[in-house]
Amino acid sequence: MRYEAPETIEGAVKLLAGGGPRGRVLAGGTDLLVQLRAGMIAPELVVDIKRIDETREIREEGGRLVIGAAVTGAELGEHAAAKAMWPGVVEATELIGSTQIQGRASLAGNLCNASPAADTVPALVAAAATCRIAGPGGERRVPVEEVCTGPGELSLDDGEFVVAFEFPERPPRSADAYLRFIPRTEMDIAVVGAGVNLSFDDNGRCAAARVSLGAVAPTVILVEEAGRALVGTECDDAALQNMAAAASAACRPIDDKRGTVEYRTKVAGVLATRAAKIAAQRAKGAR
Amino acid sequence: MAKAHVTTTVNGDPVEFLCDAEQTLLDVLRDELYLTGSKEGCGSGDCGACSVIVDDRLVCACLMLGVEAEGHSIETIEGMANGDQLHPLQTKFLEHAALQCGVCTPGILVAAKSLLERNPDPTEIEVRYWLAGNLCRCTGYDKIVRAVLDTAQEIRGG
Amino acid sequence: MAATSNGKANGATRWIGTRPVRPDGVDKVTGRARFGADVHLPNMLVGKVLRSPHAHARIRSIDASAALALPGVKTVVTRDDFNDLSSEFVPAGEMLVNYRDVVRNVMAREKALFEGHPVAAVAAVSEKVAREALALIDVDYEVLPHVLDVVDAMAPDAPLLHEDMITAGVEPAPTKPSNIAKVVEFKLGDVAAGFAEADIVIEREFSTQPVHQGYIEPHSCIANYSEDDQAELWCTTQGHFVVRGHCAKLLGMDVSKLRVTASEIGGGFGGKTVVYLEPVALMLSRKSGQPVKMTMSREEVFRASGPAAGTRVWVKIGMTNEGRITAGEAVLKYQAGAFQGSPVQPGCMCAFAPYDLDHVKVIGYDVLVNRPKVAAYRAPGAPQSEFAVESVVDELAKRIGMDPVELRLKNAAKQGTKAAYGPTFGPVGLVETLEQAKAHEHYRAPLKPGQGRGVASGFWFNIGGETCATLNLGEDGTIALVAGTPDIGGSRASLCLQAAETLGVDVERIRPLIGDTSTLGYTFLTGGSRTAFASGMAVVEAGKDMIRQLCERAAKVWDIPVEAVEWSDGEARPAGSNAGEFDPLSLADLARLAGKTGGPFVGRAQINAQGAGPSFGTHIVDVDVDRETGRVTIERYTVIQDAGTAVHPSYVEGQLQGGAVQGIGWALNEEYIYDDKGRLQNPGFLDYRIPVCSDVPMIDTVIVEVPNPTHPYGVRGVGETPIVPPMAAIANAVEGALGMRFMDLPMSPPRVLKALEDARIAEAA
Repeated sequence: MRYEAPETIEGAVKLLAGGGPRGRVLAGGTDLLVQLRAGMIAPELVVDIKRIDETREIREEGGRLVIGAAVTGAELGEHAAAKAMWPGVVEATELIGSTQIQGRASLAGNLCNASPAADTVPALVAAAATCRIAGPGGERRVPVEEVCTGPGELSLDDGEFVVAFEFPERPPRSADAYLRFIPRTEMDIAVVGAGVNLSFDDNGRCAAARVSLGAVAPTVILVEEAGRALVGTECDDAALQNMAAAASAACRPIDDKRGTVEYRTKVAGVLATRAAKIAAQRAKGAR
Repeated sequence: MAKAHVTTTVNGDPVEFLCDAEQTLLDVLRDELYLTGSKEGCGSGDCGACSVIVDDRLVCACLMLGVEAEGHSIETIEGMANGDQLHPLQTKFLEHAALQCGVCTPGILVAAKSLLERNPDPTEIEVRYWLAGNLCRCTGYDKIVRAVLDTAQEIRGG
Repeated sequence: MAATSNGKANGATRWIGTRPVRPDGVDKVTGRARFGADVHLPNMLVGKVLRSPHAHARIRSIDASAALALPGVKTVVTRDDFNDLSSEFVPAGEMLVNYRDVVRNVMAREKALFEGHPVAAVAAVSEKVAREALALIDVDYEVLPHVLDVVDAMAPDAPLLHEDMITAGVEPAPTKPSNIAKVVEFKLGDVAAGFAEADIVIEREFSTQPVHQGYIEPHSCIANYSEDDQAELWCTTQGHFVVRGHCAKLLGMDVSKLRVTASEIGGGFGGKTVVYLEPVALMLSRKSGQPVKMTMSREEVFRASGPAAGTRVWVKIGMTNEGRITAGEAVLKYQAGAFQGSPVQPGCMCAFAPYDLDHVKVIGYDVLVNRPKVAAYRAPGAPQSEFAVESVVDELAKRIGMDPVELRLKNAAKQGTKAAYGPTFGPVGLVETLEQAKAHEHYRAPLKPGQGRGVASGFWFNIGGETCATLNLGEDGTIALVAGTPDIGGSRASLCLQAAETLGVDVERIRPLIGDTSTLGYTFLTGGSRTAFASGMAVVEAGKDMIRQLCERAAKVWDIPVEAVEWSDGEARPAGSNAGEFDPLSLADLARLAGKTGGPFVGRAQINAQGAGPSFGTHIVDVDVDRETGRVTIERYTVIQDAGTAVHPSYVEGQLQGGAVQGIGWALNEEYIYDDKGRLQNPGFLDYRIPVCSDVPMIDTVIVEVPNPTHPYGVRGVGETPIVPPMAAIANAVEGALGMRFMDLPMSPPRVLKALEDARIAEAA
């Protein structure tokens, strides 16, 4: 295995494009190193993107938040402006693993590990975040929900990697929230995750809603029906019940060591409801 | 593949080592530098027994490649005491009997030190969540949490 | 000589019951302590094990030629390197092992009997080369049907693990082989008569999943075998003398030629009482002529080391309307794993032990399944059977509206109670723990809406056994204490306190050491909660031996009869008619005079400790249940236990707290998940969910002290009992919160939510 740590996007693209199918991108490494050790992967080349400045920055560009691919959970959690704008995304990131994992794990790694149970992905999808992807053909922007195509599968081409995440402008009275269920209080992979992003009009009615679920299908899903159930309502109990029903109806989970079909389907609605309540409370309290 | 040459700082001292790209920082600390205070309980970041501080961030040494340490500063349990003076956490762990077998203890001490450097007045809940990545099978965590809270109070001068 | 130690018998103690910093403490907080994997030897090789990917398969052939041809590979070990051994049972902890099975467990012979069963091992110049070599070993398997569940394994048409296994303990002996290795039965009185006296009879069936001890330090060792057939072995173990015996047997060595040193041990809980890597490392070292280090990965620990038995337990208890229990009956089916020897016997012994009953009948089955051979885990066998009994007792209490602590008090075992497994109890502390529970603020504190409170009691018999200790007096009057029981949780501190109390010297003047196998006579392992008790007794005896020598020397110096010398407060004093005639001679004085008075002082003891006092405990727990997700949260927990005498109360509390939290894990989340091919799906701490720091509250403790009359300071073992009550206490608390009784562990969120949903559907219908 060869290790390279380029300092420019171009340098990384060149290495990855030349590395063939057995090249891997290393950001925080909290999934990659586990897979290396378990013998699940045996890459010939590992390209560490952490020495590229663009992957390490959190900044605002004209009211839009941009988070570098290799920014760690701990760094994001300490960024007051990011937390104020996208509390759901930040709390989702902070839920990945332990304090130690937080010191390394990145948003892009969480996305590109392509697990349907990744904590940040429902929050990113609910937030309508976009990936900036660099590759041999230059840069392109792709909605987060289009990056993973199945467990362990990405829509990225050879030589491409995620450089940063861009978030839309935040209208007033907007907020997001993320909740997940795990059997313990920490250290588990989500059995179900729910991200909810809401905007309210000045009459207190929901103007826009995005509901996204993790660990209930081969990829994280955006449940448009669930969002629609909230739009135009005050997110009262009846609306939330409809939303929860839509969320549960959209689930296509599997039975595995972390949960049953029945359990995941039921709890998806419960968590979506709880997350929506938190998002609504935040939005109404905001600005 | 030739070994990589890495220049780094360990517990304040300049350290150079050679390692394979596959070797983790934990492999390097234990097998190349013979700093065996950091333990391997799982090799997958789930137990925290290999907790070290890299540039002021608490990390699992098993989830970082040795080559990634280039240019960075690493603190391990071996650097926690100041000469013959134990760190207050080390003293409090002894007073509170906050260890039984002691194999998780180095990782927990390093993690707790990192907590108190950031948050000198943590609540019990904050201590518990900060240390959630450090498994201890012997103590049930009670005395560990008490020792950390008591150290925090002592450092604050309480 | 009239030695008056400061023992309990004479009133107050000076050292027993104090809380000094443990003697090995600084090494453990500085990273200096050397655990199993912390040693490197010059010229050392790395050994790795090739493990069966199949749960059950005949091994047709093993071809290691390609591995041996790989540069850097020094040797390969397979079944062909170990001689077969005949059936011979020897003790390991509270359980027995059979050498015929041990040799097969460390290296599969005819068949691989569980996924992870070692099939071959290599020694190479590096871990990387060793891994590559494993991939080059060609094993030809004939995959066979497997069986994982204990009830399935008992079926007449179940796949047989051992084609020649005839059930023992049944008359007449069965003619056909089966997976049932043994049937045991304990009887007291006549259960039919007992049930006839009952107004209420409740019978229930329970199941528990195998759970792993979950020690944080994986198994590890270094073997160094030399050409003259002598060898040294460094390993993490609860009993290096036991390791020596097993390894010498498997390698055909004299025990005197194998020196085993116990490293610091990173947790054991019973799981490090057997051998896995050690004989293989010795064989690799013998064949390669170089030291070989072997360390399991966490995955290997889960796949191939022994969990506690998964069980199916049926319990029937009869009671009068006034709350007198009239009879108890149980059938225990325990998984043994791939080889016989589940802890079903102790499970039977403990099932009804907390109760003073006239009529008891318990039958136990030891059943083989295609899983790793079970190993001891903290009170092996007892948590499973007592979970069932304590759950039914709770249901009985609720049925007649009696407080569950009152019901237990009414029926509690006490001094004079004859236990179904044979003994009549001496002074025991169950009633005291129940009285403390009743009086505890926790038991009376109001519960929040939706919460439930549960109580349960637990029992473990504790053991003694063969034990040596020496006290070596230094020329300055300080003492090196040598014990043979590896220190897992602070026992060196407890032994030093007992030695200090006996000799009347400052505990700081005594430095302990766990001696290797050539420094002491045979000493049984750390297990059965025996270390503070049995090594403690040995240390006290060694102290008395030294006092006798010291008094003789003082008598010589003073030229008076030895009978006229007494030992008090760490010095020899003239007594009787000579009292006050000479200045006392302190330990340091006598140490200095050693060369002139007859030579060095060594206090020795070699004992077979008997009379380990059983320990009872009672736990109180409050839970909250999230009705929408099924998550059970432990809100408050109190452990009350009889320690006999708490030598170092902090480490007694630590045992109670640690055992309770292990029990919380067992109750709520820990389980093995297998696929349909018998392959473990959760061999890591990510999905084998032991409690993390944020999962649990502070664990309050109350130490009850009902001294054990056979120990000089009243000590009872305390380490095992605390894992017995939690499962039932939590199930009883969940019942209090939800009105639903869970009889299958773990009470994981999916299981709890499903029960809630089923109840909602039933209610709606």
